[in-house]
Amino acid sequence: METIKVKINGKEIDVPATMPDPLTGKPTPTTMLQACQLANVFVPHYCYHPKLPVAGNCRMCLVEYGLPVIGADRKPVLNPDGTPVIKKSPRPVIACATPVSAGMEIYTETETVKKMRQAVLEFLLLNHPLDCPICDQAGECKLQEFSLDFGSPESEFIETKVHKPKQVILGPTIVFDAERCILCTRCIRFTRDIVGDDSLGIINRGSYSTISTYPGKVFNNNYTLNTVDLCPVGALTSRDFRFNMRVWFLKETKSVCPSCGTGCNMLIGSRENRIYRLTPRENDFVNKCFMCDMGRLNYKWISREDRLKNPEIKNSDGASKETDWKSAIESVVALLKQAGKGSVAIIASARQTNEELWLIRKLKDYLGALSDCVPRFETGDKILLSPDRNPNTKGAAILGVSAEQIGLNIPLIEEEIDSGKIKTLLVFNEDVAKSVFSEAVLSKIEKLVVVDVLPSKTAEMAAIRLPGCAYAEKYGTFTNVKGRVQKFNKAIEPPGNAKPEYQILSAILELLTGDKYPQTASALFNRMAAEVPQFQGMTWENLGDYGAIVKENPKGGDVR
Amino acid sequence: MAKQYRLITKNLINPDYTPDIECYLRHGGYSVLKKALSLKPVQTPDGKTLSPQEQIRQQVRISGLRGRGGAGFSCGLKWSFVRHDSGKPVYLICNADESEPGTFKDRVIIHKDPHQLLEGMIIACYANNVHLAYIYIRGEMTEGAKILQRAINEAKEKGFLGKNILGSGYDLEIYVHRGAGAYICGEETGLIESLEGKRPYPRIKPPYFPAVLGLYQCPTIVNNVETLASVKHIVEMGGGEYAKLGLPNNTGTRLVCLSGHICNPGVYEIEVGKVTLRELIFDSEFGGGLKPGRKLKAIIPGGTSSKVLRADEEVEIKTNSGNGNVEVKKVSILDLPYDFDTIAAAGSMSGSGAIIVLDDSTDIPAALENIAEFYAHESCGQCTPCREGSLWMAKVLHRFNHGLGRKKDVDLLLKIAGNIGGGKTVCAFGDACSWPVESFVSKFRDEFLSKAKF
Repeated sequence: METIKVKINGKEIDVPATMPDPLTGKPTPTTMLQACQLANVFVPHYCYHPKLPVAGNCRMCLVEYGLPVIGADRKPVLNPDGTPVIKKSPRPVIACATPVSAGMEIYTETETVKKMRQAVLEFLLLNHPLDCPICDQAGECKLQEFSLDFGSPESEFIETKVHKPKQVILGPTIVFDAERCILCTRCIRFTRDIVGDDSLGIINRGSYSTISTYPGKVFNNNYTLNTVDLCPVGALTSRDFRFNMRVWFLKETKSVCPSCGTGCNMLIGSRENRIYRLTPRENDFVNKCFMCDMGRLNYKWISREDRLKNPEIKNSDGASKETDWKSAIESVVALLKQAGKGSVAIIASARQTNEELWLIRKLKDYLGALSDCVPRFETGDKILLSPDRNPNTKGAAILGVSAEQIGLNIPLIEEEIDSGKIKTLLVFNEDVAKSVFSEAVLSKIEKLVVVDVLPSKTAEMAAIRLPGCAYAEKYGTFTNVKGRVQKFNKAIEPPGNAKPEYQILSAILELLTGDKYPQTASALFNRMAAEVPQFQGMTWENLGDYGAIVKENPKGGDVR
Repeated sequence: MAKQYRLITKNLINPDYTPDIECYLRHGGYSVLKKALSLKPVQTPDGKTLSPQEQIRQQVRISGLRGRGGAGFSCGLKWSFVRHDSGKPVYLICNADESEPGTFKDRVIIHKDPHQLLEGMIIACYANNVHLAYIYIRGEMTEGAKILQRAINEAKEKGFLGKNILGSGYDLEIYVHRGAGAYICGEETGLIESLEGKRPYPRIKPPYFPAVLGLYQCPTIVNNVETLASVKHIVEMGGGEYAKLGLPNNTGTRLVCLSGHICNPGVYEIEVGKVTLRELIFDSEFGGGLKPGRKLKAIIPGGTSSKVLRADEEVEIKTNSGNGNVEVKKVSILDLPYDFDTIAAAGSMSGSGAIIVLDDSTDIPAALENIAEFYAHESCGQCTPCREGSLWMAKVLHRFNHGLGRKKDVDLLLKIAGNIGGGKTVCAFGDACSWPVESFVSKFRDEFLSKAKF
């Protein structure tokens, strides 16, 4: 790759001549700001965002620079000591939009630069309401942070501030405070250039400029909440999250969104065992630094009061009775031991983790059971939302728990239940009574075991009901639609006596088969990876933050 | 004795001269276009072939014509930046957004002699391989837009525009596009955005230099009305002859707009640099002096964004005394020849050619407030320093002029202006709004201090 030698604050560095454009991926000349980032020199900025087209409007990244003086012979003029003569430009430039050139010197820490930053911050705060104590952004506000790092402690502004609309409901998800807005246009550019929605724009002029939707239009696409993340200040806030928790109290746990097959990387923001928000985590292989609103807001079920909290077994008279895990597992194993060969079927879920599905595969093989998962296909889009709303369809297929084409075995299972061949059914995290099997078919099942997190019609019918964990309450991995294996971590404790399914499964397997299985997701993953060719070479550790791609045609054959 | 030199305005003083095409044709109109279209390729001494288009571009380069919109950038150089092999169409835009306070010369051309503009524009388009051109006219100039549209229709009817112009095989369409009344649309990249149907936010340069990534991301030339009208005369008389008008590097004629406290405000055409500011203000052929009993206080020499000059200012001027020696002379500001370089050497600019005269009745802080309010109102609001700073300065000045002025506001104003101008903003508007404040406050510091109440 062609590189360019530049000097940043006196330190020489080679930078690539071009870097990919955030939208098109085409090579575009490397900018001063990118060069500074490569040199680990921080240049404060507001409007610049690595995933958006450059706007150049905030002027926070103004820097000084110099260029080698070129003589009449078209060669650099040299000092007596052999170094090139550098002519400093009399005018500053914005680092975000100015390409580097050979021999360029960039100065980011001069008195002039510091003064310009101070001036921009003073300008930005002129008409700002300074309402940090009641602002949701406080604690993660770039205006606060840069004011502290680069601003001046005092302002000379004594005039009346410009007043602008406050608490503007832009749509179902976003509230806008125009007085806090610094007009960086990140929200407009994201919505226009990434989502392809022209609903945001600027109205009025000069200091009265205000972000707005077009008259009568509502800001309502599936990606609106990304503008809250992108907004460097507290102008755009989430109607779901605002006023619920100070951000500095939140514990952030690296996780993966379970709401579709894309597997957007995210952070779970929780405090005292409650989830307050989900925010995207950067992974350029998957979701850049965005996620959809559907996935982001899909967390409230986790804290539902009616979560399954204890193992329950039905008496002979049909009444459910809470029990402890030991007797519950023993009951399941007794039931499975009684079942004749070929009389057990398993409906697993492509919402379960690879490790859990691997254990289910072990169970399936031991019992000689038929198995499949429930397909969940809806309309996707070209941005992030996959039509496959299961997060682990690929993993279920690789591990041979689902049919190669998810759901293809379900009619066969139904047929064999109907014919009386299958008498025992294990169901994991699916309400099969609601959407998979008819009541008539389901009533032919003699022994129904359900592992789930929420009450359901199926769970009600179960002879044995075991409470599992939501993804946020356990560790695990999903394999996304593109074959990327990604791990997620436990953020909160499960309710009551609920347990991760992998622990439930390994307990059943141990008692049933006598084989030992690890108790942690990480150890289970490592064993699975050692055994299943598609996951070969992966370890829980080396999955890292960005995951790894499964081998599509591994040597040594499929696990099937 | 200084005289007007009428090139562009030659016919306009004739009371019978009308803006219709018949009148224009009676006065020899479109003969230069015919000449341009009939040019044949020529061989240069070094064996190269110059196409007709290259010949015209060469003449414009030789003429030394500098842009008449405000920046005074070499027109020939601007044209030379355009690449003709990019595979994209080249666009030409006539900037008729004339909005700088004190400037009203383009309007005179548009209203009184629209065909002269069209002829210059068609020649410029031909020279730059342009087949689609726009006249972006200021929103307030409704009458001008009508006149131009009528002129375009007439020119099309006569075959000077449209397909196969005068049988030459050259096609050109010109559209009149009306702005909605924003000063910033005069900034060429803001104009281009507006023409594309967007808010006229000036583009960042790099990368959006109009010659490369202009209208619809295609190579684009944006020229002022007067500049394009001058092209006609350059092609008519030859670039070399044109360059003999005016002074070296300040060639040709230009229209000067005189306004303010003078007896004869109006548009006057002069040879660039052949008339001094004193003559422009006091000569009976030009401004005709101040109102009786008044004394000259200050001159804004190139539109309100240019730095003010005090009447009693003296500047050092370097002159070549013939034998190669450079002589440094101290001269009164009034004796400066009105051209690009001299006014720039005096620390200001001749800008759009708008000279605003302020006599001793002027309350300087009040005059500055008026200017600052204009710029606060017209700041597009795209970039931080200009958006916030322009209104801040206007507010400080308003308070200052309404009984709550503080002595320290003088330095505050200088600080704010310093934090806006000097390349810190997306476009030159930052300089345009800070220069008047910087110059008024520093040159009339005592007047500000004496007006301060605290």
